[in-house]
Amino acid sequence: MLSLNVNNLSCQRGYNQLFSELSFEVNSGDILRITGTNGSGKTSLLKILAGLNAPEEGEITLGNRPVKSDGYQSEVFYLGHLSALSAELTSIENLEFLTGLNQSIDQQQFVKALKQVGLAGYENEHCGKLSAGQKRRVILAGLFISNAKIWLLDEPFTALDPQGVKIVEERISKHCEQGGLCLFTTHQDSALPNQKVLAL
Amino acid sequence: MNIYLQTLKRDLRVAIRNPSSVLNPLLFFIISVSLFPLAISPEASTLSQIAAGIIWVASMLAVLLSLNSLFHHDFENGVLEQMVISHHSLPLLILSKITAHWILTGIPIILLSPLLGLFLFLDNESVKVLMLTLLLATPSLSLIGAIGASLIVGIKNSGMLLSLLILPLYIPILIFASSAVSQAQFGLDIAGQLYFLAAILVASIMTTPFVSSIALKISLE
Repeated sequence: MLSLNVNNLSCQRGYNQLFSELSFEVNSGDILRITGTNGSGKTSLLKILAGLNAPEEGEITLGNRPVKSDGYQSEVFYLGHLSALSAELTSIENLEFLTGLNQSIDQQQFVKALKQVGLAGYENEHCGKLSAGQKRRVILAGLFISNAKIWLLDEPFTALDPQGVKIVEERISKHCEQGGLCLFTTHQDSALPNQKVLAL
Repeated sequence: MNIYLQTLKRDLRVAIRNPSSVLNPLLFFIISVSLFPLAISPEASTLSQIAAGIIWVASMLAVLLSLNSLFHHDFENGVLEQMVISHHSLPLLILSKITAHWILTGIPIILLSPLLGLFLFLDNESVKVLMLTLLLATPSLSLIGAIGASLIVGIKNSGMLLSLLILPLYIPILIFASSAVSQAQFGLDIAGQLYFLAAILVASIMTTPFVSSIALKISLE
């Protein structure tokens, strides 16, 4: 049973106080949708939860493991606005490196994962030649085969067609049914069942 | 250690598929060295006296030219973010990227230096010393340069800033390396200079990946 605890979190960017004294708890099986207007701090919150940025105040723990500890970071998969793919490498080579940052995965699993996101036949295609939606699908394939329990997804549906959105929603539901937890931001309508909402 | 090799392999692969980023600094190195005989004098006695200085200054500038790309692409495409949040040691990942940079820039410079040394009328013994100083000091150039590259990674058009940050730190290396070759030309002992270059290398390996990782985290915030 995983429990992500956020206590009294405050974040400031320049002179702007994005949020303050933010506290919430997300447990295994929970899907938390973070909502808010542009500039309200959704991306900043996910980056803080991913251990990429430091908050002004407050603490984040996963059980008794604080953010940025090895035990915490190995449980996190962060999908940001950027593709995290090198244009010079193929889909498989990119996935091999990115997932290798956290775990060791057999190459056959990459082929399978790419097939699941509708990119069968693109395994050896250089990512520089892929469209924005296809690049998004490659990194989502990495997400689907990762062992990370905490999914932090910043606008995961961006650039995806309706079929792609459906695949992601199904995988998020399946992940949370299996004991994972997911925090995501989106400006699109989401059909994910039992999602909790955090408004910033 | 596995992640060190994986990152190294990945960086070498990216560079090989984008050869201009590797070849441009090397072409700059060759062209700048070969212009000196035209500008100063084609006389062997004149050129052999300043050969070590020319090759060393050109090496430094070539390394400096290549440093911009050390973290820049990975910053722009988001790979650096993934490296920072990984549970692996960030200094180890950075050391791996620096190793790739040295393999792609330092080693070709070392291999080209005998040709350019002979072109500038350096004798065989001095060419050997030149290669030795480059072997000892080009890794330090990459290591020290990584600090500057990580500090300026989020800043656009920052080439001049990188030069201002890094060149002063390169000066001790330049002094000891070129004086080693000059002294070797006169048959003098060069052990002191080589020990100093080796000490800089050890100190750089021990410290720069950590400093660079702190700078990168600050740049990414």
